[in-house]
Amino acid sequence: MLTYAVLVDVGLTCLAVFFIGLSYGAVAVASGFPLWVPAAQSLLVLAGASEFLFIGIVAAGGNPIAAALAGMLVNARHLPYGLALPPGVTGRGWRRLLGTHVMNDESVVFGLAQPDLPGERAAYWACGLGVLACWPGGAVLGALIGSAVHDTNAFGLDAMFPAVILALIVKDLRDPRTRRAALAGAGIALASALVLPAGLPVLLALAAVLLLVRSPAPEAAR
Amino acid sequence: MKDTTLVVAGMATLAAGTYAFRLSGQALRARISFPPRATRLLEAAAVILLAALVATTALTQGHGFSGFARPAGVLVGGVLAWRKASFLVVVIAAAAVAAGLRLLGIR
Repeated sequence: MLTYAVLVDVGLTCLAVFFIGLSYGAVAVASGFPLWVPAAQSLLVLAGASEFLFIGIVAAGGNPIAAALAGMLVNARHLPYGLALPPGVTGRGWRRLLGTHVMNDESVVFGLAQPDLPGERAAYWACGLGVLACWPGGAVLGALIGSAVHDTNAFGLDAMFPAVILALIVKDLRDPRTRRAALAGAGIALASALVLPAGLPVLLALAAVLLLVRSPAPEAAR
Repeated sequence: MKDTTLVVAGMATLAAGTYAFRLSGQALRARISFPPRATRLLEAAAVILLAALVATTALTQGHGFSGFARPAGVLVGGVLAWRKASFLVVVIAAAAVAAGLRLLGIR
């Protein structure tokens, strides 16, 4: 059901997630958290950006509940993900409990990129389960070696996360209309990041969707 | 770590809230049917959110500028991704450029 090329991409994505997990675990320990915090968080939240945010806010002296709410703001994008996934991709019955948990940026992108439902389901699950293994695995290993590496930024680990997400959406950015809206959204987020608390600027970027509502694509372009 | 109980409560809140978001999108979709145009808009909305996440994590640190090394690394990664380089190449190049610039004293 999955072509060799898709499997290779999923594998490389999971490897990249593992590397980011390494940086996450290392950053968490360097910020003063015990190993079980990134371990439990990576397994139970399973959404990298929000976990980095949570660790960052709490380490800076912020209230953990406020940090959790900021993390939820970042993770609100999973709601449109759930709307975008064709029914049946996340599985049925008890499997859907797990299929829902492994919904993340990567699994949704790979799922949506396949031509038919069996392909969508296979790619979604392969990537979802791969990330479920690699993200916590990387985080735990990163936390273990984190005490040895004092300045993770010296290794450029902080540049990995935005680069991963950018690589994930680059296919969509080839469409000029989506690109314009994405750039506008990025501009809104950057401008508001100067004043608003972390998490909010990303959600505010959604206002850029209006650019797409006002200029409908000609149906023939599909 | 100051207050373990509070941190655990925060972690539980984030985990439960995130799962609720993952579930509710699917639940809503089963109840209401969306025209293709609305679906495309939703997919675009996800791309916009992620682009904003890229911009803020690459360029900002708190309420200020992150410095040049990180966005330079991300930019190189982005160009490689645009030219269809493999995922791992993108990630390693981004980290290497950021680390290299810092080694040269550019923060």
